[in-house]
Amino acid sequence: MVSLLDIIGPVMVGPSSSHTAGACRLGLLARCLVGGTPEKAHIELHGSFARTGEGHGTDKALVGGLMGFRPDDERLRTALDIMEREGLDYQFEKTSLGDEAHPNTVRMTLERGERRSCMVGASLGAGRVMVTEIDGYPVEVSGNLHTIVLVAHDVKGSVARIAGLLAEANVNIATLKLSRKQRGGDAFMVIEVDDQPGEAVRDAIRELPWVTWAFRLDKVSA
Amino acid sequence: MFRSLADAIREAESRHTTLSAVALQAEAQDQGRPVEEIRDALRRALVVMRGAVDRGLVGDLRSASELVGGDAAKMRTGPAGPLAGTPFRDVLARALAVQEVNAAMGVIVAAPTAGGAGVLPAVLTGLAAAQGIDDEKVVDALATAGLIGAVVAERASLSGAEGGCQAETGAAAGMAAGAAVEMLGGTPRQVGHATALAQQGTLGLVCDPLGGLVELPCVFRNATGAAIALAAIEMAMAGVEFAIPADEVIDTMGEIGASMDVRYRETAGGGLAATPTGRRLARERLYEIKRSGG
Repeated sequence: MVSLLDIIGPVMVGPSSSHTAGACRLGLLARCLVGGTPEKAHIELHGSFARTGEGHGTDKALVGGLMGFRPDDERLRTALDIMEREGLDYQFEKTSLGDEAHPNTVRMTLERGERRSCMVGASLGAGRVMVTEIDGYPVEVSGNLHTIVLVAHDVKGSVARIAGLLAEANVNIATLKLSRKQRGGDAFMVIEVDDQPGEAVRDAIRELPWVTWAFRLDKVSA
Repeated sequence: MFRSLADAIREAESRHTTLSAVALQAEAQDQGRPVEEIRDALRRALVVMRGAVDRGLVGDLRSASELVGGDAAKMRTGPAGPLAGTPFRDVLARALAVQEVNAAMGVIVAAPTAGGAGVLPAVLTGLAAAQGIDDEKVVDALATAGLIGAVVAERASLSGAEGGCQAETGAAAGMAAGAAVEMLGGTPRQVGHATALAQQGTLGLVCDPLGGLVELPCVFRNATGAAIALAAIEMAMAGVEFAIPADEVIDTMGEIGASMDVRYRETAGGGLAATPTGRRLARERLYEIKRSGG
């Protein structure tokens, strides 16, 4: 369903909703995987991101997003200078992620303290984004809602247990997608929730013995 | 939200109200939010739109490639043409201003998109200034523009990569024309005709930016898109009607977009981008951007 405010909006730094606002949102999602602004980033640009990214400020928008700037933040224009001033080590590379990848795709490998994470995401147009891979696992995260992503061993009752933890934390589940490669293998869970889940609930999920990893991703849409 | 402008017009007529009123109510219902909250968001959008107009008219901004910038100010300070001192010239200046701000990584409202962001603020704030229309009426007009844009999104497309420039500055012209007619006191029926008249004038318009960047001709397409909107507004307010209903004109735009060669859909493979000068400028300027680190 199209919303009137999607048409009259978002408020954003130009020039392109896909190459600038969308890129910024991908940076914002990626920083969640390391719990804040990464100290090191290897940013691989694919397709149109690689071809016209510089002219559209895609590099600035990605870096700005990694530093926590939102799409309407005027600091995006000088994000590369701010990055240098902050002593952050971000490197760009043009690459091909194959014919299957969306034309506006980026792969970001991030380090912050002990944490290291890799995310692949695409900017789909009009500022909408989709995270397609986290640490090698295929996912689908739009950033339209707060999201919890986790990988767990395929054990009975896992969904009920996690739903229970969220209910105890007063977090309402909007959508839940479960997939696995094979019976008894790893299960991927993408849980979109209406309310921002706290660190406590994330930690409770992480402490479950059959959970391999779990991340919270912020809502990044307008 | 409505999928048909005709449905929305019928509802407004049967309830003896405006299209903005039915649009705001539909949005409030869809989103489960009070109307006043939606109006607040539109008020904030109007503040950003005015800010972009003012920022662009200063004239000091240049895009990353330096291909665009400074022309909005020329429309204020440059020599007079035959339309000097008219709202027409002022609207053109405002459209260039917003799009120059967009190209220079300034803050704009993507309405309906970043590439077509100049038309709606130019037409609405330009005509409101000329006629002394108060802000609440302009906010209503933004709701009507949103309704028209939502119908275009449902029936056709708002993406240059999908439908060419007719889906960006063309849709923006249809939105601006319809919205302005309501703001100026026209009936819902006249809003429909204004939308149809503006959109028909942009059918077939390709998306052919140099180097694939939202700069050239985008900045000028916003100005000419605003001019088409003004033509549609003037005709619709005079009682001119267009025989093909707005919904069907929008469907036609979608159909043309779907059959448009990929060269003309934001790929820089055809149109002005593929001219000898277009290719040369893109090559030189993109090289400059890379050398200077963007």
